[in-house]
Amino acid sequence: MHLSIRESDTKRRSSRDSEWRRGLRSLQRSPLAVLGLVIIGFLVVLAIFAPSLAPYSPTKMSLSERLSPPSSTHIFGTDDVGRDILSRVIYGSRISLRICTLVVGLTIGIGTILGIISGYWGGWIDELIMRISDVFLAFPALILAMAIAAALGPSLENVIIAMVVIWWPRYARVTRGQVLVLREIDYIVAARAVGVHESRIIMRHILPNCVSPVLIQATLDLGEVLLTAATLSFIGFGAQPPTPEWGAMISLGRNYLRDNWWYATFPGLAILVTVIGFNLLGDAARDILDPRLRHGAR
Amino acid sequence: MNLLTYIVKRVFLIVPIVLGVLAITFLISHIVPGDAAQLMAGPRATPEIIERLRHEHGLDRPLYVQFGIYIAHVFRGDLGKSILTRRPVAADILGYFPATFELTTTALLLAIIVGIPLGIVSAVHKDKVLDQFSRLTSVIGVSMPIFWMGLLLMLVFYVRLGVLPGPGRITGASPSHITGLFILDSVLTGDWRALGDSLLNLVMPAFVLGNAVLARVVRMTRSSMLDVFGQDYIQTARAKGLIERAVVYKHALRNALIPTLTVVGLAYGELLGGAVATELIFAWPGMAHYVVRSMTSLDFPAIMGVTMVIALIYILVNLLVDISYAFIDPRIRY
Repeated sequence: MHLSIRESDTKRRSSRDSEWRRGLRSLQRSPLAVLGLVIIGFLVVLAIFAPSLAPYSPTKMSLSERLSPPSSTHIFGTDDVGRDILSRVIYGSRISLRICTLVVGLTIGIGTILGIISGYWGGWIDELIMRISDVFLAFPALILAMAIAAALGPSLENVIIAMVVIWWPRYARVTRGQVLVLREIDYIVAARAVGVHESRIIMRHILPNCVSPVLIQATLDLGEVLLTAATLSFIGFGAQPPTPEWGAMISLGRNYLRDNWWYATFPGLAILVTVIGFNLLGDAARDILDPRLRHGAR
Repeated sequence: MNLLTYIVKRVFLIVPIVLGVLAITFLISHIVPGDAAQLMAGPRATPEIIERLRHEHGLDRPLYVQFGIYIAHVFRGDLGKSILTRRPVAADILGYFPATFELTTTALLLAIIVGIPLGIVSAVHKDKVLDQFSRLTSVIGVSMPIFWMGLLLMLVFYVRLGVLPGPGRITGASPSHITGLFILDSVLTGDWRALGDSLLNLVMPAFVLGNAVLARVVRMTRSSMLDVFGQDYIQTARAKGLIERAVVYKHALRNALIPTLTVVGLAYGELLGGAVATELIFAWPGMAHYVVRSMTSLDFPAIMGVTMVIALIYILVNLLVDISYAFIDPRIRY
């Protein structure tokens, strides 16, 4: 019995491998997905090599050069205290990536654990977790995040905490749904019947099969996480000056909009392009990883 | 199960959620680092004043007692008094609500009226130029930071070109107050100048706010139309020689609208959130304005009240969406 489970496991693994290969092939066929990949790849490079790529320090002020329009010395112009906007946008990519990976990473962790508990054991604990997640989903995300961030005090860390608090139910739901299906599949029922330890069933059989729905949800969410965080910073609850966070930069640039269009325009463009990249990647991930869509009309 | 039983059942299902929403808004005011009474009293208050405030607001009692009192007050429509405006929070919210309602509703209507036809066209011409164009604009639409788009539109159409009015709900005098909804009030009083004025003022904010939802509506309509196109009964309709227009609009659309409706319901939450940035940019005197002001000044009764009311509106909209399913699709009742 054990042997056959292992065999079916190997089979599944090789079918997963070919799924990835098929995924790569369809990625090559979709120019928009490639564009998404290029944008995010570029962002990661910017974030890693920010100190060598940025022409100036993101915080160095130069009052003699304040509010100078885009030129060959300052490609994106300078802000109200003479800081180079290009350098600040480049350094801002670090903050954006940090927010996205922390929020999505933490919510995946919390959400997946709760989703597995909920779906695998069912009963009152399932009922409890799902009702709590219902309540969190009943709030418009931004409003609840604002309330939590306001109560905790304005800072980037608190924005991340607030967003994790409101975001986990999505992953708990996705994972629970997947676990409910998996629980009834023959080889898992069989594994339980022969007395395989539950932690082993979860780690070896349940968890690996939750990876792709969670991954789809995560790539689709990245853009929204970035937009929400930028909005919170713009309103004043997130990153505080002089942090080169894109939303906070727009908030400062807003006061100089009439005569200095570049100040708020370039950080906004950075947000737009990054979120487009995440969304294109999310669509591609869904098309590639979601088996229901693979043969569908979409 | 008949329609009425279904509706009653759905209404009862939201009771625990509403209680949960109350619990969370209540907890938010208790996670604040530091002492709420101290905050209320201000930095120069004597210990006696702080103690008195603490007692007056019941802050010296156990948490569950405080929560019980809070629920009892809320069910009586008493959301407490704002520290900032010194007025009842419920009255404040009621005063700001019409502006937000007018803005979000116009944005939503815009998204539906433009989005559904665009989604249909996209699905009918799948993978053609028109479809590719609408898909690309949808991706850009959902990726656009609302506050940034608002700023740029304001810069171009108000500051530079001067073709659209700038901040605020109305340029001239407001119409006489009946409902607080400027469009409705100006129609009711026959004040056509106010009507034109408030419509012009709505153009940019409603466009900015509706944009993100528009993209979602287009995407959902497109993909559910494509799903329906693959169904047997559509093949049958085509096979029996029905003209394409009848197949698309009479057979496919009605079924494709259900997922779109869900998206619209869920998107209302996004509209309420997005209204915060939009109202800030366009100096729109709505609830979101009130939200930000109360949150930046830690006006807790106002924060609790307004967060709860917005969540309730969101729950209510989704309840209405659920109920309207039953009208569109009789299968759902069973």
